[in-house]
Amino acid sequence: MDKEIYTELIMEHYKKPRNFGKILKADAEYSDANPLCGDEIKVYINFSNKKIKEIKFIGNGCAISQASASMLTDYVKGKDLEFVKKLDKDDVLKLLGIDLSFNRLKCALLPLKAIKMAVYSYFSK
Amino acid sequence: MSMQKYIKDFPILKRKVNGKKLVYLDSAATSQKPIQVIKAITDFYMNHNANIHRALHTLSEEATIAYEQAREKVAAFINAESTEEIIFVRNTTEALNFASFGLRDMIKKDDKILTTTMEHHSNLIPWQQLAKMKKAKLDFVDFDKNGYLDMKMFDKKVNDAKIVAVTQASNVLGTINPIKKIAEKAKQSGSIIVVDGAQSVPHMTVDVQELQIDMLGFSGHKMLGPTGIGVLYARKELLEKMQPVLFGSDMIKYVSLSDAEWNDLPYKFEYGTSHIAGAIGLGAAIDYLTQIRMKEIRKHDIELTRYALKKVGKIATIYGPKKAEDRSGLIAFNLANIHPHDIAAILNQDGIAIRSGHHCAMPLHERLKISASARASFYLYNTKKEIDLLLKSLQRVKEIFS
Repeated sequence: MDKEIYTELIMEHYKKPRNFGKILKADAEYSDANPLCGDEIKVYINFSNKKIKEIKFIGNGCAISQASASMLTDYVKGKDLEFVKKLDKDDVLKLLGIDLSFNRLKCALLPLKAIKMAVYSYFSK
Repeated sequence: MSMQKYIKDFPILKRKVNGKKLVYLDSAATSQKPIQVIKAITDFYMNHNANIHRALHTLSEEATIAYEQAREKVAAFINAESTEEIIFVRNTTEALNFASFGLRDMIKKDDKILTTTMEHHSNLIPWQQLAKMKKAKLDFVDFDKNGYLDMKMFDKKVNDAKIVAVTQASNVLGTINPIKKIAEKAKQSGSIIVVDGAQSVPHMTVDVQELQIDMLGFSGHKMLGPTGIGVLYARKELLEKMQPVLFGSDMIKYVSLSDAEWNDLPYKFEYGTSHIAGAIGLGAAIDYLTQIRMKEIRKHDIELTRYALKKVGKIATIYGPKKAEDRSGLIAFNLANIHPHDIAAILNQDGIAIRSGHHCAMPLHERLKISASARASFYLYNTKKEIDLLLKSLQRVKEIFS
């Protein structure tokens, strides 16, 4: 099941993550961790016209969690609440282009959860 | 190596993972089971299954005898004075919860509970919560840069401690703590000494009388036995003073609608129908270990650990003491800039099972300023050749991430 998960694409995003960094005074922030593995992520978002204008993250974790954060933050730029709401496991796997075992899925989904929570917190204000 | 002949007793070690022969290096999480243990459990369910301590029929009689024989084996294994001091529980965590909650009436406001910064959560949270509940103080003995407990700090802090709770062997650093010294000092201070034996009892001779331990918790599944069965040992006079933790059947002697009288030891602490097959399986595991001799197992652990420290130490940062003699059979390590999860995932492709994460010791990892580590742990069925395979696979990890 864990075959070929360290693809070129994943390793490229892991080594050079997109949108890595902080946004000072962001409109929304959310941090989360995976207590079992020690993966950590914090997401910062600025909005404009109810759409994601700018998104950044900082984190510490395995290649899968960091690559997932890199790809997802790119993917949701310019998107609205409805789009983010609909994102699920399959979208993340499609982005990553790999299949993951049950235990490893948590790593890939941590950034999605953090992005969703940051977006929800902004719109529930 | 003299342990080689026992490998055939472990059916699971024949299987393949991802097309490769399984290399199981996660015995600190749970050990594999020899056929003798598996057969003992099967035999119980196929031929003797009944509830214990309750009925007069033959099956119940046989089941009760087998269950109580297992208790005798446990008592002999750790050299307890009597079987009254052996409480069957589910695992080390439950044993340590029973210890802390059972001592609740002996702890008052401002009393001190002393533990260490290298504990598994199982030997931290029960004391942390007891301290909160009773407004007692929780204090810690730290460890030095080589992973040894700071005994000077311990000497200073033990004086007014009511309880000293410490692990005999760290599940991350591997450090074997000087329990006898610690227990002697604790005795002089009038404190109760509680020992987490999860990583020590399966791997070395632990004699509770020689070490002067008041309470000891350990798990069956880490010592070739089944999951769901563990042991709380406590000195009889302590158990007599302690309160039951869970209430219901089997733990009572007389019940009226408004009150109940507790059963004799050890039954005062065993609630409901016990894990009978589990206890019998643990008994079989103890027979197996005793026949090999714990001294031999310890020697084998040291030999593998020394080899791993030397080989893996060349490419990885290994935490804890440098001397294999001071360690239990495990190494926790990191490869620079590679998350332990990625190490474990790539090793798994090669059929090698290791653990990655914080190993239920978050404060310890914070103390080491790392978020996680990879851990390879050994038992009697592991070989030097498997450590060579581990090294080869770790080199592949480095290549993928270079």
